[in-house]
Amino acid sequence: MQHSRKIRYVIAFLLLGISVLVFVAMNVCIGTVKISLEDIMVSIGGQQINNSRILWDIRMPRTMAAMILGGALALAGYLLQTFFHNSIVGPFVLGISSGAKMVVALVMVFLMGQAIRVSSVTLIAAAFLGAMISMGFVLLMSRKVKNMSMLVVSGVMIGYICSAVTELVVTFANDAEIVNLHNWSRGSFSGMTWDNVLVMAVVIALTFVIVFFMAKPLDAYQLGESYAQNMGVNIRVLRVALVILSSILSACIVAFAGPISFVGVAVPHLVKSLLGSAKPILMIPACFLGGSVFCLFCDLLARTMFAPTELSISTVTAVFGAPVVLWVMIRRSREKVA
Amino acid sequence: MGYDKAKQGEGGIVKYYFKTESLSVGYHNKPIIKDIEIGLEKGEILTLIGPNGAGKSTVLKSIAKQLALIAGTIYLDEQSVENMSGTELSQNMAVVLTERLRTEMMTCEDVVATGRYPYTGRFGILSESDRHVVKEAMELVHVTAIKEQDFTRISDGQRQRVMLARAICQEPEIIILDEPTSYLDVKYKLEFLSILQEMRKKKGLTVIMSLHELDLAERVSDKILCIDGKRVDRFGKPEDVFEQGYISKLFSIESGSFDEENGSMELEPAKGEVKVFVIASGGTGRNVYRRLQRQGVPFITGILPQNDLDYPVARVLATDVIVTEAFEPITEEQIRKARKRLAACDKIICCKETFGTLEQANMELLEFAKESGKEIEMNC
Repeated sequence: MQHSRKIRYVIAFLLLGISVLVFVAMNVCIGTVKISLEDIMVSIGGQQINNSRILWDIRMPRTMAAMILGGALALAGYLLQTFFHNSIVGPFVLGISSGAKMVVALVMVFLMGQAIRVSSVTLIAAAFLGAMISMGFVLLMSRKVKNMSMLVVSGVMIGYICSAVTELVVTFANDAEIVNLHNWSRGSFSGMTWDNVLVMAVVIALTFVIVFFMAKPLDAYQLGESYAQNMGVNIRVLRVALVILSSILSACIVAFAGPISFVGVAVPHLVKSLLGSAKPILMIPACFLGGSVFCLFCDLLARTMFAPTELSISTVTAVFGAPVVLWVMIRRSREKVA
Repeated sequence: MGYDKAKQGEGGIVKYYFKTESLSVGYHNKPIIKDIEIGLEKGEILTLIGPNGAGKSTVLKSIAKQLALIAGTIYLDEQSVENMSGTELSQNMAVVLTERLRTEMMTCEDVVATGRYPYTGRFGILSESDRHVVKEAMELVHVTAIKEQDFTRISDGQRQRVMLARAICQEPEIIILDEPTSYLDVKYKLEFLSILQEMRKKKGLTVIMSLHELDLAERVSDKILCIDGKRVDRFGKPEDVFEQGYISKLFSIESGSFDEENGSMELEPAKGEVKVFVIASGGTGRNVYRRLQRQGVPFITGILPQNDLDYPVARVLATDVIVTEAFEPITEEQIRKARKRLAACDKIICCKETFGTLEQANMELLEFAKESGKEIEMNC
């Protein structure tokens, strides 16, 4: 049994790893301009090819961003689900993404009005502030309402309020870059630069390492607070860490790609079913890979399905993510009856 | 080993392994129970008893450091628990709570293995010796057969035993259990407590638990702590605590009764005019008493020696018992009284066919009943 479980883990990770590679390749190759794998290899080798600019300035950073942010999104969802002991929450559902979006929009509009260039770090800081505001609100609500469905409802409401404010700001902002802002506020991986990718890679890699080192206390925390405490886990420190780390991850995503729905909720469940285990030490890396695959796949569709018109990424993630959430809810209610 | 040393202490003074000093427990800085003073030697079993909502769980949670203490100190081997690190405490103290363990895709073995948490490294990977401890713990509580099953798909009784295995895995010096036997059937109740006794014997495990089964508490515990919702009412050996009438008082029992001596309980006796006389002794009458109680028929019974098996039941169920002192012959006075009471009844139930040398009076009572033409039911 121990043995067959290990085999399953290895297969699951291989599957996820290979899928990431395949989708990275597909995202780079497929598009209005097709680029062959050989051309890419040649280009990596340092020789000139025809569509070098498209490859290196547009496709590559975008693909990398989808990979990194997708992973971060799934991980953020996983952390929130662990924190609330609730399987249908995620950064989008709880309004954290929308909170981050609102503050980012406010900051952008303000700074652009002053003709100041907005740096990646400023964006992340603004998004983090917004994420923390929403998170604070959700935490307050979670104290008042013990019912987990009510928590989700209050998160959705916070999300609506923040989105309304953002819409307002975007509508009345008179700036040439308003089009960009509009696209971003709906969620999109387009227009990524290498600078963006570098910043997000550093921030998210650091966060990922910290989260990975929390695997053991998270394992205990999953069993319930009382038991975790008896096992010597400092609950308060862990909870604070969870809030901050999931907010950093959510903030990073929103700062660069805007709010993306359903990835955070759906991917952890899919990955859990794939692994047949909920152990954090497996789930943390697997969620990241799973999120990468999911977002690469969805971005590919968003970009190519109705090309040259591009869909917002949330349109696609919702189509594939929402059914998963429904499936989880049905399964949970069935378990309760049984 | 350590067990004996702790018992002797230095200079002959008893050295307590577990001790509380003017401990006050409660929620949100409001004490529910104040001034708890407990002292336990290593390897002793302490049981908390008291009515529902009296604060047993609050005391246990406070001891397990799940609730902040309002005042006072808890000592474990002369070291204040408050100053212990989480890991240090978890290597000494295990808990089995009423709160359900949340698990997802975990087999029973996985759950038991979580008990090794305080001993594993940074990533919680189990070593070979950890696996060995897990295996032993599962064998001790007989859950090896279900180790591959999902923890959410087993019965409450099995779950409780898995939780005990998990606690044992933690290799604690002291274990805190909140109503551990509530979901167990009688077989597993006895088995569960036997395992605790075995652990105490083998490893000098100290046990603090709450039980609803007073009869079991009386039998398994070295010390009993009685909580009545405001304070610790009594703390001591079971034989001192289980005084006649005390349990009824502690629990404010109004309908029915608890027999402290035998640990058995009876429902409320029937009331009204007495028309039935039961002749019994030596344990032949108990079932008849209980049947009459169920039917709501008040009765008189006798003549019983005070140490008779029937007496404890008769005492609480019969309207009146004609009783003689243990190992003394029945007096004329008692016989007269019995005849008078029997004459006033319509129906006689006799539970005996043969009568011993010292209870010829009961045979005469039966004769007397026959002569006076009463309705007689033989129930032998």
